Amino acid sequence: MRMGGQKARLVAQQGEPVSAYNPDDNPFHVSGLTVAYHNKPVLWNVSYTAPKGQLTAIIGPNGAGKSTFLKAALGLIPRLSGETQVFGQPVKTALNKIAYVPQRSAVDWDFPATALDVVLMGLYGKVGWFRWPGKSHRQKAKKALQAVGMEAFANRQIGQLSGGQQQRVFLARSLAQDAEVYLMDEPFSGVDAATEKAIVEVLRQLVEADKTVLVVHHDLETVNDYYSNILMLNGQYIASGPVETAFTAQNLQKAYGGRLASTQLEGLKAKSC
Amino acid sequence: MQEFLSAILLSSGYNTALVCIGAAILGAASGAIGVFILLRKRSLVSDAVSHATLPGVVLAFILGEILWGYGRSLPFILAGAAFSSMLGVMAVDAIKTHTRLTEDTAIGTVLSTFFALGMVLLTIVQSMSIAGQAGLEGFLLGATSGMLFSEAVTIAVASMIVGIAIVLRMKEFTLLCFDENFAASSGYNVKWLDRSLLILLVSVVVIGLKTVGLVLIVALAIIPPVAARFWTERVPVLVGISATIGALGSYIGAAISSTAPSLPTGGIIVLILFFLFLVSLLLSPVRGVLAAYIRHRRFQKIVHTRQGLLTIANGQPILEPLTRKLMIKNSYMCGDGRVTDYGFSVAQKMARDQELWNRFKELDPEAAHSLQDWSLRPIEEVLPYDVVSELETGLKPHTV
Amino acid sequence: MEIFLQYDLPSILLGTFAALACGLLGNFLVLRRQALMGDTISHVVLPGIVVGFLVSHNTSSLPMMLGAGAAAVVSVMLIELIRRLGNIESGAAMGVVFTTMFALGVVLLEQTGAAGVHLDVEHALYGNLESALWLEATSLNDLLDWHKLMLLPDEVKQLFVVTLLILIVIVVFYKEFKLTSFDPLLATTLGFSPKIMSLLLIVMVAVAAVAAFTAVGSILVIAMFICPAATARMLTDKLSTQLFISGVVSLLSGVGGYILAAFGPLWLGYDFSVSAAGMIAVTAGALQVLAMLFAPRYGILTRRWQQKHSALAN
Repeated sequence: MRMGGQKARLVAQQGEPVSAYNPDDNPFHVSGLTVAYHNKPVLWNVSYTAPKGQLTAIIGPNGAGKSTFLKAALGLIPRLSGETQVFGQPVKTALNKIAYVPQRSAVDWDFPATALDVVLMGLYGKVGWFRWPGKSHRQKAKKALQAVGMEAFANRQIGQLSGGQQQRVFLARSLAQDAEVYLMDEPFSGVDAATEKAIVEVLRQLVEADKTVLVVHHDLETVNDYYSNILMLNGQYIASGPVETAFTAQNLQKAYGGRLASTQLEGLKAKSC
Repeated sequence: MQEFLSAILLSSGYNTALVCIGAAILGAASGAIGVFILLRKRSLVSDAVSHATLPGVVLAFILGEILWGYGRSLPFILAGAAFSSMLGVMAVDAIKTHTRLTEDTAIGTVLSTFFALGMVLLTIVQSMSIAGQAGLEGFLLGATSGMLFSEAVTIAVASMIVGIAIVLRMKEFTLLCFDENFAASSGYNVKWLDRSLLILLVSVVVIGLKTVGLVLIVALAIIPPVAARFWTERVPVLVGISATIGALGSYIGAAISSTAPSLPTGGIIVLILFFLFLVSLLLSPVRGVLAAYIRHRRFQKIVHTRQGLLTIANGQPILEPLTRKLMIKNSYMCGDGRVTDYGFSVAQKMARDQELWNRFKELDPEAAHSLQDWSLRPIEEVLPYDVVSELETGLKPHTV
Repeated sequence: MEIFLQYDLPSILLGTFAALACGLLGNFLVLRRQALMGDTISHVVLPGIVVGFLVSHNTSSLPMMLGAGAAAVVSVMLIELIRRLGNIESGAAMGVVFTTMFALGVVLLEQTGAAGVHLDVEHALYGNLESALWLEATSLNDLLDWHKLMLLPDEVKQLFVVTLLILIVIVVFYKEFKLTSFDPLLATTLGFSPKIMSLLLIVMVAVAAVAAFTAVGSILVIAMFICPAATARMLTDKLSTQLFISGVVSLLSGVGGYILAAFGPLWLGYDFSVSAAGMIAVTAGALQVLAMLFAPRYGILTRRWQQKHSALAN
């Protein structure tokens, strides 16, 4: 480590060791991320290391900067400071290891593309410049659609699918990308029960395959059931860790403040014990 | 130069003076109306409006020739222009609301098809072999040099009327741009307001055809408000500044062009407007680029310094080059990356400050959210003493 | 037949190639909600063309093409700069830049006396489609004779090459254009820079605009960037089909528009012809109106009719 001397001194000063940090093992490591709009920080000094092979929910109140965190960490929007490393590499050179599923409202649903087209796009990175996707790519895309139960809609224009079906197509696309790290921005928002089930199933399979998955999640009631870890944000880092230890009423109070009704809080506390 | 000076001082003839004043009033009116068009994000609708005038201009000319054997009557031609450009605006709205095509496509369709229709009609006029058809070309790029006295008066008076109409409706338009739903709920007919805004835009464009020409008149409704946007955040002031810029640009442009008849008036006016825009963009202390850059740098420094110190307090390494540079510059860190004792003590203080800020945010998230300086300045500088001490009692005793 | 080959055919070719080159590219502009980029580009190239002309002192193409390309790239960067720095919506930023550049072009034209030599604003707007001649042609066989074909006007050959180039670029980068138009964020994470693709698109638009511009005028160029693509958009939900339909619509407008312009008034008993460039644009507009009204799935009247019927059925 390049700051060995400093580290030694710090240990002496503070009496607790700096956490051992082996970059090559960390699928997704963000340090000191700050994002500002109009010279006002919306995300302040967030450092976070995602646990490998785990399913993590990113939670926090509205405007807490959850989506901003994902986008800025990926370098899709400008950041004021901070760096992201993917398996020890700067994120810019490691984007092929990441699959990002944007919020559903982010694309033009009237675009002339079918469900299969959209999934195929996830494979474009493997197809490479200039070349057209071939039969094997189509096969792969169809398999991904199958995994989310959408094979029957392969040739449907995406605008003619229901909200839940659209979400599933996007999920299939990220599966086709075959990445190591999956970042999903509110995949559960506005979907039907069947889709919710399908998404949960896919997330489970991803984790089984030792993928690292981060999901921006809104519904606090289901955090316990779906996820093993959480990252809690409120414009800044609040807490992170396994659900049992980090998803506590105290942390929730910290993140949500008065915005979470006390009865709601009690209910969550009861659940988490 | 001599000529230009005399033109700008209104002393080179009655006609020229009138043309310049007329142009200035026109510029003011279009600058004012342009503000509302800009705020409604429909700037390029004015492009469709202006191009859609051509078939009306030519048809009115043909009709005039057939009816009275004289097609060049300015009011009649302007009426034709207004008619066809209103049709154009309605077509844009119809395409946008009734088909899957987006507004930009609708605008492009209308402006090119209407203008092309005008071109076809124009070739018909040419085949009619009428003397005086050459006057029609002037509507493309604007020509003030050969303007009749009566025409100059028409333009000045019409612009004045439109200007007064804008001032009278300013309150309603402001409301419309600011919050359409609120305007509707407080009893205004939003649809009609929107339409009257477009009617005024069409009027300005049509009046400006002769002076600026239909290809460039849209600049008069776009550039002044965009330039004015750099100077203020308040709508009435915005209207005032935009009108001033529009008037100034048009006045100087018309004056220059009257001394050099070969220069198309529209072109000159637009270039001067652009110059005024450039000055606003770069130099305005309110929203200008230079000022914004300086503010951003200052802000970036504050954030990086604070973050660097917090990182030190956490006992973690500082990786970012800019942060390191700032740490070293403030002698919180030596050149080789070792933290100085001074650095440590400042870092502890900063960590304490951050803790207090966090505590404040926890207790009152709304207040923290609306506070511009949250966690950017020392908390005692921002919050009253009793609040800070109350926050401090909530924290564990400070040990260094 | 000889007259047709000598006088009409070169103009038809010119109009059709111009229509095709612009019409195909227009698909991506329309899908990216940049339809007015075509409008902008065809205005901003004017100062570039004038400067190119001033440098080379003739209207043949290369210096003018380079000047126009430079002007287009500068303008696009300027728009981006104004939009970002000033936090101005892109329509307004475009408005500022294209009017200024066009004004600059107009003033340069008048200032330098270039106006007297083949270049004037009317020409830039309307083009001069009808002046293309192929006097060497005598029979249909000449269409297969390489030497005779090479005697077609330079503008025709140039536009042919440009159309071919555009076709190739679209085929080669089909996937990349599709991806970056639909989901630029995904494109970024997959390593296909949306910025590079949009620059490529803009450069191609500029090339098409300039090549077509001197022959057919900017208004036809603008119409062709938008109307065929918009027509196709009304008719299909598949991108490849959309491209194909827009190509057919461009061809139809090019040929049909010219014929209407050259012979339409004759059929009505008048002995003059009207602006071919104008008529081609009007034809494209008319086809678009038809599609907007009667398209099988998305047409305004079709949908009304369907609603009525389903209401009756209930």
